[in-house]
Amino acid sequence: MAKYLLLKHYRGAPAAVNDVPMDRWTPEEISAHVQYMNDFAARLEETGEFVDSKALAPGGMFVRYDGEGRPPITDGPFAETKDLIAGWMVIDVDSYERAIELAGELSAAPGAGGKPIHEWLEVRPFLTHSPTVTECSLK
Amino acid sequence: MNEILLRSLTPSVLGILVRRGADFAAAEDAVQDALVKAVHVWPADPPRDPKGWLVTVAWHRFLDATRADTARRRREDLLDEEPAPGPAPAVDDTLQLYFLCAHPSLTPSSAVALTLRAVGGLTTRQIAQAYLVPEATMAQRISRAKRTVSGVRFDQPGDVATVLRVLYLVFNEGYSGDVDLAAEAIRLTRQLAAAIDHPEVAGLLALMLLHHARRAARTAPDGSLVTLAEQDRGRWDTESIAEGVEILQAALTRDRLGEFQAQAAIAALHADAPTAGETDWVQIVEWYDELALLTDSPVVWLNRAVAVGEADGPRAGLAALAALDDSLPRHTAVAAYLHECDGDLATAARLYAEAAHQAPNLAERDHLTRRAARLNARRCR
Repeated sequence: MAKYLLLKHYRGAPAAVNDVPMDRWTPEEISAHVQYMNDFAARLEETGEFVDSKALAPGGMFVRYDGEGRPPITDGPFAETKDLIAGWMVIDVDSYERAIELAGELSAAPGAGGKPIHEWLEVRPFLTHSPTVTECSLK
Repeated sequence: MNEILLRSLTPSVLGILVRRGADFAAAEDAVQDALVKAVHVWPADPPRDPKGWLVTVAWHRFLDATRADTARRRREDLLDEEPAPGPAPAVDDTLQLYFLCAHPSLTPSSAVALTLRAVGGLTTRQIAQAYLVPEATMAQRISRAKRTVSGVRFDQPGDVATVLRVLYLVFNEGYSGDVDLAAEAIRLTRQLAAAIDHPEVAGLLALMLLHHARRAARTAPDGSLVTLAEQDRGRWDTESIAEGVEILQAALTRDRLGEFQAQAAIAALHADAPTAGETDWVQIVEWYDELALLTDSPVVWLNRAVAVGEADGPRAGLAALAALDDSLPRHTAVAAYLHECDGDLATAARLYAEAAHQAPNLAERDHLTRRAARLNARRCR
């Protein structure tokens, strides 16, 4: 019973095995990819492990506070930002091993030529609430 | 209407339906429907016999659902409207439900969800909110769990230990959403203790009461963690402590020690100290020794090292810690604390910062970061 974030990168992750950009795929390959992602989410809902899944637009801004009474400063978008997040899935699973197993399956989504992309997904555990029993919790 | 009273009827109503021949999964759905209906109907029209009302409504729901199901499959099985009650139960129905919902074929998260619904009478939405997952996901988790146990005979004896594990997990989840899981775990353990006479059930109940008693003192108004040593003991719930101690003492006289009784004994010794400085650490170390014999859990050895540090001095604690695998969760945090007690503030500050990076939860991370920051500030002065 722990939540994990499966993070998908546009940039910043090591190169995928089947590393062909999506705009070079056939429309059918794109449909197959989308279908795989949807089926994966539906299957996780069915196993009672799905929490959330969202995709992000690539274009983004950096924003910061610029002092009392002044509008925030914006900067970007930066074409060369090292790390760019494409989207995520949040899962709620019984073990770390299960989180790794599911990330592996998600990484097998088909890409160019209908072959698995083998893309690198980042798996990050959520920080949890603090347990009620702290002095001698048995885990 | 008293929701707790309503929900406390869940297991016996469900037990009656199953005894009448309903299959567990369908009966559970029917009882859940009846509970929802009761929430709507009872405030304006309270029944004289709440349990009888629930049985009747649930049984009719079950028959309707079964008929619809039967029609779908074009079968014409006849069902009696009000069958005679089944054979007198050999074992308490409530107890059987606990066993079924904590069946070893279930994963911990499914056992927890099923227990909260079928024994606790919580709705899927409440359980989903408590565990911060979508309702659809929780609904699937529960229906899968029901399918998993569908082949288990209702009158099969179960293992109390698996039930206790599930209740312990619920208790430790604490509080989120509109359901107080710690309070619910206490209620379910109390109900279990009424159904079975077992020292470890009593031990777990005592443990929960003793920890729950300190809840108000465990967090500062800003949500940050307050360590046991720094807690305002005046804010501990003395009634809850007294009840926990009494239950524990009765259990210990049975001379069938188990891990929950040992854990509760440690919690009781903390509760017994008027100030942190008056804690009987020597006795606590002895209880950790007992606990280590019972479980051999590395977490126990880690906590024992802390207790040794308090009883025999930080050097002794560090020696005990040195014998343990340093990849254990919270190993670094314990090392930091013992070095701080030993006066080696530079090492302690470095280890606190390192431990903060490894902390599994936000409150602990912030707490460890503050400890590191405080020591660093003191050293720079």
